Amino acid sequence: MDEPALCAAEALAARIPDGASIVLAPDYSGCALAVVQALLRRPARHLRLIGCPQLGLQGDLLVGAGCVDRVETAAFALGEFGLAPAFDRFYRENRIEVVESTCPAIHAGLQAAEKGLHFMPLAGVLGSGLVALRTDWKVIDDPFGAGPILLVPAIRPDVALFHAPLADTRGNVWIGVRRELMVMAHAAKRTLVSVEETVDGDLLREERAAAGTIPALYVEEVAHVPGGARPNGLFTCYSPNFETIARYASAARTEAGFASFLGEWLDR
Amino acid sequence: MNRCTAITMIATIARLLEGLRHVAIGASSPIPAAGALLARERSAGRMVVSILGSERQNPFTDGGRELFDCAAQGRIDAFFLSGVQIDARANVNLLGLGAPPRLQKRFLGNFGAPYLASLVPHLILFRTDHGPRSLVEKVDFISAPGADGRWLVTDKALLRRRAGRLQLESVHAGETLASVQSATGFPLDAADTAPTTPTPDEATIALIRGPISVSVGEIYPAFETLMRE
Repeated sequence: MDEPALCAAEALAARIPDGASIVLAPDYSGCALAVVQALLRRPARHLRLIGCPQLGLQGDLLVGAGCVDRVETAAFALGEFGLAPAFDRFYRENRIEVVESTCPAIHAGLQAAEKGLHFMPLAGVLGSGLVALRTDWKVIDDPFGAGPILLVPAIRPDVALFHAPLADTRGNVWIGVRRELMVMAHAAKRTLVSVEETVDGDLLREERAAAGTIPALYVEEVAHVPGGARPNGLFTCYSPNFETIARYASAARTEAGFASFLGEWLDR
Repeated sequence: MNRCTAITMIATIARLLEGLRHVAIGASSPIPAAGALLARERSAGRMVVSILGSERQNPFTDGGRELFDCAAQGRIDAFFLSGVQIDARANVNLLGLGAPPRLQKRFLGNFGAPYLASLVPHLILFRTDHGPRSLVEKVDFISAPGADGRWLVTDKALLRRRAGRLQLESVHAGETLASVQSATGFPLDAADTAPTTPTPDEATIALIRGPISVSVGEIYPAFETLMRE
């Protein structure tokens, strides 16, 4: 049941060059884990990951396999299982660069890119130690007189990579209310999507589906990969396999445990 | 944490939420989620609860940013934060121990805390292991700055910031002023005695262990197991 359609996933992974910046969805949204498997097999190198707004299992696997140089994220966690074990190890050993952020700053940075702007103003945040940590952020006086306001730079990833329930043969991708995936697709230079199911026809012609559909205009390639989010869950399709995730959370605390989990998982 | 203490925390949180309209729950927050669902049960359908990551308890249709946009407009009445450290001024540190950017020990990260802290009127702090290392005089890093009026619910007590510092409001059953003070890394300016936090009745306990734990179990299965076994 954790068996993805490997060829399609590998073709998608082949479109992601080493060194790319990739924006990834959080574990509770649409995670393209079968494509991540293909990146791990390669293995990809020098990736820069952006969590939209946080990184989880996908990020931890890539970090643990040495595929990642840098992460920008509001948090790095495995849901209820807490710390992302491989990332935690790499952080302690000073083997990864971390750009600390907060969820709305990442959403705002991607929204700036969506609009073709260089920055976005953001409410709140002033008073947090994060403002001093982020030397690329600026605090200005609101030109309309409302006091100090934070500006965050646009985030324009090379690639948006995610998994969704459905696409049509024209390349339109249905994401329902998971519109962070829409923002990711709008903001990134290229968008790669794996899906559970492909259907004939045109989702944009169906009034009920259209509003929750990313137009093919933004999508470079769609791959049909049933089960492509496992062991994570996928909205409207299946629940996470908490047993597998728990096993990973404990195994990946050591380099050897991580390698043995990965070997077994990639072998299937 | 044992089930009994978790239930006291849940019932206490539900009390703090009484009368509010929109309560939002963020990441890693099973106890606040249960508290909010309990408060909603008692609100005769007036309270809206949104739980991050949930398909069933999710009124949003505009993706991850909507919660934050909503908060900036004042449409969210309450939100919950925990942290690796909470200090005497109710500042919350979610990032880690030591001096950033190279922390001695990094925890999960800031999530939405730096933003929501100043935009949500009822920001409620929680901590499931009240101890001198988690409740400290001064945090190593301020993810979310504190403010007067802010509540802190722990597995031992209920505290509130008044005149710039967290003060003891009540101690949970089985605790005393002395036991709570010895587990707290800063002095509590409290009277000689502290009232006991009300304990929930049988019907409330059944509600928490039944339908509420099932709802929360959608995204926190370990919590559901703790409640039901």
